Amino acid sequence: MRIELNGEYVELVGPSRLVDAVRRAGVDPDTRGIAVAVQGDVVPRVDWPTFELYEDVRVEVVRAIQGGDGAAATEPDGALGSAGSGPTGEMLVIAGRRFGSRLLLGSGGFRSHRDLHDSIVASGSEIVTVAMRRVDSSGDAGTLLDVVDRLGLFVLPNTAGCYTARDAVKTARLAREALQTDWVKLELIGDDRTLLPDTVELLDAAEQLVADGFTVLPYTNDDPIIAKRLEAVGCAAVMPLGAPIGSGAGIRNPYNLAIIVESAGVPVVCDAGIGTASDAALAMELGCDAVLLASAVSRAERPAVMAAAMRDAVSAGRQARLAGRIPRRLHAEASTSDAGLARLD
Amino acid sequence: MRSSQPPTNRADRQSPDLIVVGSGLVGLACAYEAALAGALVRVIDRPGAVGAASPVAAGMLAPAGEAWWGEEELLRFGLRAARDYEAFCDRLSADAESEVPYRRCGAIRVALDGDEAAELERLRRYHEQLGAPAPRLVGSECRQLEPGLATIATAGLLFEDEAEIDPRALASCLRTAGQRLGVVFESAAVSGLIVERDRVGGVLADPGPVRSGAVLLATGAWGAAGWSGSSLALPVRPVKGEVLRLAVPAGAEPPCRRIVVTERIYLVARHSGEVVIGATSGERGFETTVSAGAVRELLREAYRTIPEIGELDFIEAAAGLRPCTPDNLPMLGRAGPEGLLVALGHYRNGVLLAPLSGRCLAALLVGRSPPAEITAFDPARFATMVR
Repeated sequence: MRIELNGEYVELVGPSRLVDAVRRAGVDPDTRGIAVAVQGDVVPRVDWPTFELYEDVRVEVVRAIQGGDGAAATEPDGALGSAGSGPTGEMLVIAGRRFGSRLLLGSGGFRSHRDLHDSIVASGSEIVTVAMRRVDSSGDAGTLLDVVDRLGLFVLPNTAGCYTARDAVKTARLAREALQTDWVKLELIGDDRTLLPDTVELLDAAEQLVADGFTVLPYTNDDPIIAKRLEAVGCAAVMPLGAPIGSGAGIRNPYNLAIIVESAGVPVVCDAGIGTASDAALAMELGCDAVLLASAVSRAERPAVMAAAMRDAVSAGRQARLAGRIPRRLHAEASTSDAGLARLD
Repeated sequence: MRSSQPPTNRADRQSPDLIVVGSGLVGLACAYEAALAGALVRVIDRPGAVGAASPVAAGMLAPAGEAWWGEEELLRFGLRAARDYEAFCDRLSADAESEVPYRRCGAIRVALDGDEAAELERLRRYHEQLGAPAPRLVGSECRQLEPGLATIATAGLLFEDEAEIDPRALASCLRTAGQRLGVVFESAAVSGLIVERDRVGGVLADPGPVRSGAVLLATGAWGAAGWSGSSLALPVRPVKGEVLRLAVPAGAEPPCRRIVVTERIYLVARHSGEVVIGATSGERGFETTVSAGAVRELLREAYRTIPEIGELDFIEAAAGLRPCTPDNLPMLGRAGPEGLLVALGHYRNGVLLAPLSGRCLAALLVGRSPPAEITAFDPARFATMVR
C-alpha cells in the first residue's frame, strides 16, 4: 500500500495501521510529544494501533519540541505548522529551551475543547498557557490539560487572577507541584476593569520566584524601564502588552515596544492586546521574539481559521524583520532606473 | 417490547424493558417518554447524588440567546425543543395532575458599556445572518421593558420567544407522571454494565444486578467513568457552575419580568418569587464547593445590572456540574453494545433539551425513527475524533 508520509510517498506492506506509519517515520510510538495527523486531522494516540490506513492517505508524524535537554530537536513539519520559524529555520530560545514556533497560545476563553484543540493544531504553537485557578490540574482524560498534553505541547502555567505578590508566588508553587514545571508566566493584575499589570507587585514576585529556582516569564506593561528591571532580577523573558488583555486593540505604543526590544538581553514576547493578524505581524516586525495571544483566536467567529492566520502573521512578521525593511521615504523612488530604456520616438 | 399495559399490573421486581441510569432531568424525561411509549421502565440513581446539574440550573429555555458561531446544529435542535416545550408541559401537567410552571417570558440581553454594546452588535449581525433577527433596543427602550435595569444599560437585544421553567418543579412533575405510568424509582449505586455477546443484559448495582435488554445512560458529567464490564469511553467532563438563589420579599415586585442577560451573568425572576442568578464556569473536576469569589462576582454583577437586587433575601448558593463534551453538543443515541442508549452531555442546555431528548430516545427504544437532527449528536462521532 502506498501512503504519503511526511510529504513523501512510501510503500507499506499489506494492510497497515497508523502505528506502523509512525514506526516507518522512524519514531518510537511510545515517545512522549509525538503528534500524528491523518489528512490534516490529529488522531489521538490511543487510536494509532487500530486506525486502518488506506491507499494514498496523507499522514504527518510530528515531534513537538521539548528541547533544552540536549535532545535532538527536530523542527515540526509544516502540516502542523511551524509558526515564525524564519527562512533560516532559526529557533526561539527561552532559558535554553528551543521552540520552532514563535506563537504562544493562551488556552482561556475557548468555547469548546474541540475549538481549543483545532486552534492549537492550526496555530502550530508549541507553548500553551493555562490558568492554574480555572482548571482541574489532574490532567485526567477529557480535561483541558489532557487536550494540551495529548498534543505533546509545553504547558506554561500562569498566575492569572492574582492581585498580590504573595498570591502569585503561592499559585506558581502550586503549579510547579501540579505540572512538574518550574516555568511560570507571572501575571499580577492591578484591577479587574483594565487587567493592567501591577508592576510593583510583579517585580516583587519575580524576585522571589527567581530566587526559588523558577523560570519566570512576566507579563508586564510596555514600560522599557520596568522591562529592564525584570530582566535584572533574573527573568527569562519579558512579556510586554500591546494593549489590555482581551481588548483586541493592537499595539498601542509601538515606540515603547521597539525600545524594549532594543535594550532587552532576554527574549521579548508581545503578550496581550492582539486583535487580528496584522497586529501579530507588527509585533514581530518591531523585533519581538514571539507573540502570546488567546482572545483574538478564542473569541473569533472561526477560532481555528484565525489561529492559522496568526501562525502565518507571526511567521511573515518575523521574516520581514529578518529581511530588513526599506526606509520610509517622502518621495517616490522608481524601482527601475531610467538607464537603458528603449527610445520610442 | 411489551404493549401498553395498565400500570397496576406491573410488579416492582419484574425485569424492566428499560433501565435508565441517572435521575436528572434528562433521565427523568427519557423514563417518562419511554413509559408513555409503553415500556416498563426502572430509573436507578445513586443515593444522595451531589453535584448534579439539574437542581442547580436556572431553567432558561433560551436557544437563541445561547447561539454561537459554529454551533448551528445545536441551535436548530434547541429551537425545535423550545417550539415543542409548551405542548410538552401541557401533556406533563395532565399526566402529573400538577401544573408545570412554564412561562414564555422573553429574554433581554443588555450591554452595560460601549465594549459590551459592540459585542452585542456583533451578536445582532449573527442572528440576522441566521435569519432570525433580534430587535435592537436603545437604553431607554430597555428600561421601558424592564424598569429595574440600571441606567448603565445602554443597548439591548430582545428575544421574545425565550422562556423559563423551574427545573426542580419540572423534575418533581416528571417523577410523579412517571410513577403514574408505572416507572419504578430505585436508589442504588450502579457500578457497571452487564454485557453478554455484545448485547446489554442489564446493570451491576449495589446490592445486586438488575437485568434488562435495554439500558439508557443519563449519567450527566459522570458518563460511565469507573464502570466495570465495559470499555465504554464517553468523553464527557464536568464544568462547574455556581448559581445563587434569592427571593422577593412578600408583597414586593419581582426585579424583572423577562430573563435578563449580560456578558457575565443572567437573572431569572419566577412567579414563585424565586430569583436565580447564574453562573460561573470552571473546570475543577468533580469538586462542588461554592467559592466566596463566585458569590461576590455574581452578586456584584447582578447588582450592577439591576440595583434593586440588593433588597432581595439571600436563599442559596449552590454548584452543579454541567456535563460537557469536546464539541459542546450532547450525545444522543445508540452506543457500544446492542441495547445501550446514551443521553448525556447536554452542557448548558439540559433543561431545554431534556424533553426532546427523551422523545428521541424513546423513539429509538421502540424502533420508531427519531428526528433527523439527532444524527449530529451520534455518540459515535467521538470514536475518530480527538477528545
